[in-house]
Amino acid sequence: MIDKSLIDYWYEKLKKEAEESGYFLNPDEEFTKSLIEGLLINQERFGYFACPCRLASGNKEEDLDIICPCDYRDQDINDYGNCYCGLYVSYDVYTGKKQIKSIPERRNLKKKKREITISTLKLSLPVWRCKICGYLCAREEPPEICPICKAKKERFERFI
Amino acid sequence: MADKNKKVVLYALSTCGWCRKTKNLLSQLSINYQCFDVDLLKGEEREKILQELKKYNANLSFPTLVIDDQIVIIGYDEEKIKKELT
Repeated sequence: MIDKSLIDYWYEKLKKEAEESGYFLNPDEEFTKSLIEGLLINQERFGYFACPCRLASGNKEEDLDIICPCDYRDQDINDYGNCYCGLYVSYDVYTGKKQIKSIPERRNLKKKKREITISTLKLSLPVWRCKICGYLCAREEPPEICPICKAKKERFERFI
Repeated sequence: MADKNKKVVLYALSTCGWCRKTKNLLSQLSINYQCFDVDLLKGEEREKILQELKKYNANLSFPTLVIDDQIVIIGYDEEKIKKELT
């Protein structure tokens, strides 16, 4: 059992962090808190916030893309109005103009990776992309923590 | 009226909000169902249930509701569940 005060603490923390960076937590407080409880249970089980609505392997490497906020959040909010578990929602859902719904899992769907070939481009530094929020930066290595969404270094990919 | 003669199996996660909504709906409709919270299963038992689930939903996503081994409802779909079970 997760202590109620801990759930409340994380609810306030995630809500504040989301709103500061242009995201919105699901306004259905009871539902949202049940998801946060799931995240905290997974934190106890695995040591990280694995998505409460996905079966985590327990191997952090394998689960990186589904550590909340997951790699699929932004695309799902764009396409459906909420992320897969329903923790994060679009502005329209937040303001009650749209309802949240259970959406298809995009994780395992094989899709062609978008590739850009820039053969003539010579860069003095590699460009790194935060897989959570899309932040780009040109430097030798990704930052320890994304300055925009606070994702850890491990969530960055080499973009160019 | 809920059809109590149908075999209803729910593959779920104990931590998932949509799975919880599905369980609540099934209870509300007084449906008898068998539920596997896969995240609580370990080792061989988990493997066995996942293999079973794979037949109905290759993506192994939750919740997956299977009615009479034939009708598969993936995700929380209140309308569809009510249509099939009431």
